[in-house]
Amino acid sequence: MFPARYWREIPQRYRLEATKCKSCGKISFPPRSKCPKCGGTEFEETKLPEHGVVRTFTVIRVAPSQFVEQVPYAVGIVELHGGVRITAQIVDCPLEDIKIGQKVRIEFRRIQEDGNSGIICYGYKCVPAP
Amino acid sequence: MREVAVLGIGMSEWGELWKKPLRQIFVDAASAAIADAGVDKIDSMYVGCMTSGLFVGQEHLASMLSDYLGVSSIPACRVESACASAGVAFRLGYVEVASGVSDIVLVGGVEKMTDVGGDGATFALATAADQEYEVYHGVTFPGLYAMVANEHMDRFGTTREQLAHVAVKNHKHGSMNPRAQYPFEVTVEGVLKSVLVADPLRILDCSPITDGAAAAVLCPLGLAKKLSKKPLVKITGSGHATDTIALHDRDDITEFAATKRAAEKAYKMAGVGPADIDFAEVHDCFTIAEICVIEALGFAERGKGGEAAESGATALGGPIPINTSGGLKSKGHPVGATGIAQIVELTEQLRGESGKRQVKGAKRGLAQNMGGTGGSTTVHILEVA
Amino acid sequence: MAGIIGYGAYVPRHRIKVEEIAKVWGTDAESYKRGLMLKEKSVPAPDQDTITMSVEAARNAVKRAGIDPELIEAVYVGSESHPYAVKPSGTVVSEAVGTTRNVHCADFEFACKAGSEAMFICIGLVDGGSIKYGLAIGADTSQGAPGDALEYSAAAGAAAFIFGKEDGVAKVLCTHTFMTDTPDFWRREYEYYPRHGGRFTGEQAYFRHISTAASQMMDKMKMKPEDFSYAVFHQPNGKFPMKVGEMLGFKRGQLEAGWLSPTLGNTYSGSSPMGLTAILDVAKPGEKILMTSFGSGAGSDGFIFEVTKDIQKSRNAAAKTREQLDKKTYVDYGVYAKFRGKIRKAS
Repeated sequence: MFPARYWREIPQRYRLEATKCKSCGKISFPPRSKCPKCGGTEFEETKLPEHGVVRTFTVIRVAPSQFVEQVPYAVGIVELHGGVRITAQIVDCPLEDIKIGQKVRIEFRRIQEDGNSGIICYGYKCVPAP
Repeated sequence: MREVAVLGIGMSEWGELWKKPLRQIFVDAASAAIADAGVDKIDSMYVGCMTSGLFVGQEHLASMLSDYLGVSSIPACRVESACASAGVAFRLGYVEVASGVSDIVLVGGVEKMTDVGGDGATFALATAADQEYEVYHGVTFPGLYAMVANEHMDRFGTTREQLAHVAVKNHKHGSMNPRAQYPFEVTVEGVLKSVLVADPLRILDCSPITDGAAAAVLCPLGLAKKLSKKPLVKITGSGHATDTIALHDRDDITEFAATKRAAEKAYKMAGVGPADIDFAEVHDCFTIAEICVIEALGFAERGKGGEAAESGATALGGPIPINTSGGLKSKGHPVGATGIAQIVELTEQLRGESGKRQVKGAKRGLAQNMGGTGGSTTVHILEVA
Repeated sequence: MAGIIGYGAYVPRHRIKVEEIAKVWGTDAESYKRGLMLKEKSVPAPDQDTITMSVEAARNAVKRAGIDPELIEAVYVGSESHPYAVKPSGTVVSEAVGTTRNVHCADFEFACKAGSEAMFICIGLVDGGSIKYGLAIGADTSQGAPGDALEYSAAAGAAAFIFGKEDGVAKVLCTHTFMTDTPDFWRREYEYYPRHGGRFTGEQAYFRHISTAASQMMDKMKMKPEDFSYAVFHQPNGKFPMKVGEMLGFKRGQLEAGWLSPTLGNTYSGSSPMGLTAILDVAKPGEKILMTSFGSGAGSDGFIFEVTKDIQKSRNAAAKTREQLDKKTYVDYGVYAKFRGKIRKAS
């Protein structure tokens, strides 16, 4: 992972910064310059909420090389309050207990790293919410 | 727009072709198609290939493949649309002939996937998804389709066994296909016991890694009537659509809207509906994909794709045979070539050349080819002319 | 003087019991549990480190402070397990929390008192008027060498404090410090695990520095143990903080609210700071708290806080420390070794 490629997405990876279309209100994450719903080009800054619900998920057992040590791990599509969906790992929950419809909350975690000497890449994961 | 015929078809061997480099694999398929067509020149070519760059470090296929095919100097174009690369190449070739710009166009697809290890293949295939917002988080292709499967199962009651029936059916068909990479049968029990890849998908739910190429020669129907000694096959419908790159941005994760849209265009153009299709080749990269796609194509009601597979409706001999070639599952899936291998199967069936796999009275077939989790899709309808 | 405007802690989810570790090395679990007064410790997952826990603790502190994080002008993270040897943990924490870009950022290290160092400096900067709000964090994912005594207690956790000129949730009444060159516990550059002087880490290191700093501080302020409702000391195990508290004249009742180590383990730079957050979760307005950290090498930082009436308002704005401590999933030694990188998959 080249540092610039990681660094460029930090506002999204760390703070979930998104944009809201001024014409139709659709929230885009990551931010866009053209609204996918109405084609609008004027946006205001917003942040995604930290709570949501698991829409669907899976447990990865055959992983790409940077994730091999984490196997098995759960990944899900989570719908945050307000409707925006993200793809993220679901952690701190026994794999057999993860359910569609489960309430979750965003937590800051290590996502991957570039070997022992490259940069550490952080970002968002989801944990069970009380 | 002129009517376009598929004049010739050809395939290379499909499998782990340790001895053959990418250029040879393509030339094998293309030469076979040109010989089948009986032409001695081609006007232009479109070649689908998802990522020769990541698999073998080679780009600029337009130059390399026209060179090695011995037609250097003609216009050539490498087409990329993840696993729909060949389907899109086919469409572009079709449009070039239909519009009158060229008379004889070679369309092909090739992928050489085995020079990199499993990790390398996983990495290369993952480029079909959103790198920063899906793959960054550790999701794999089986993982994305597994999430589709879990939602389909939760929402429609589709069962694990129904997914397995897709694999069983496709392997049964593939066992009758001399070209198939894995021409052996599997059982439901065998699928359910195979190793988990991404819950609930197991290794026997997943199409394999394959080296291979497929090609076809297109020309105006009028010219085909003069040149061809074989039963004529024409293209009556062509549809192409895209969808969001990230699965999580789809309005409906199990709908495969791009397939629906591309099919609508193809059906409209051909003046037919799903009930008029005799058989189809669809993109079963994973068993769940076939289930969702037959719903999107209108061959099964929404949510009932699993039942269709379990009941035998989509098996050879049933009302709508799907993937008589063995599908991606049994035939193999060199990702950039699959879309045209589907055309090869359709053409052979329509010519009555499919032997044990023949769909009786086949007059009209459909091929659906998609990239990634459905971010791009082509649908083509071929008929006996 | 400055005050604590917001505070927060983060406890990772997983735990391992003393019995699990003792089973593998063939030691007597009961005698370790008795001797250390410790039952189990927290285990960070492979995707957690000093930075991730600091971010979560800091976000809790921001929630309690109720301020726009862009007003935070200093971020200091104290740890002995910073993920990078060169690149401060504070740079990532600051971006994740959303502080101003005109933020002074530095990492601290002083064994287990790196967190209290961060607190000490923030208080000074706020008092001096050069910053409005400062964020001080103590966090660690320290390791004990396999089979070493430290393996039973080395745990993970984080505590964060936002200091400001307002009284906030607790006023700072005074700070104090005492330091000598005492090589009781250390880790050389490029070594993976620390080493220590066995029993030498007790009397001449832990006990000497904490009791000296605490009693000098009480003398300075003309205060006695009875003047405090709570006291919290560095907690390398369950036994030491109780013993030093007793030595200084505190009663068990004053020590219990902040006493996390029996079920948390030793969170190194997070140790006494996390104990402080647990106290702030329950303390009443007007009550006084004495905190003294200890860092090997060696030194102790002392603080006296007085709780304000505003604590009731902000306390519930984020997850309490003992609530997090009670949410747990046990792992066995194999999973623990995998999580902690003591065994790695062949590449």
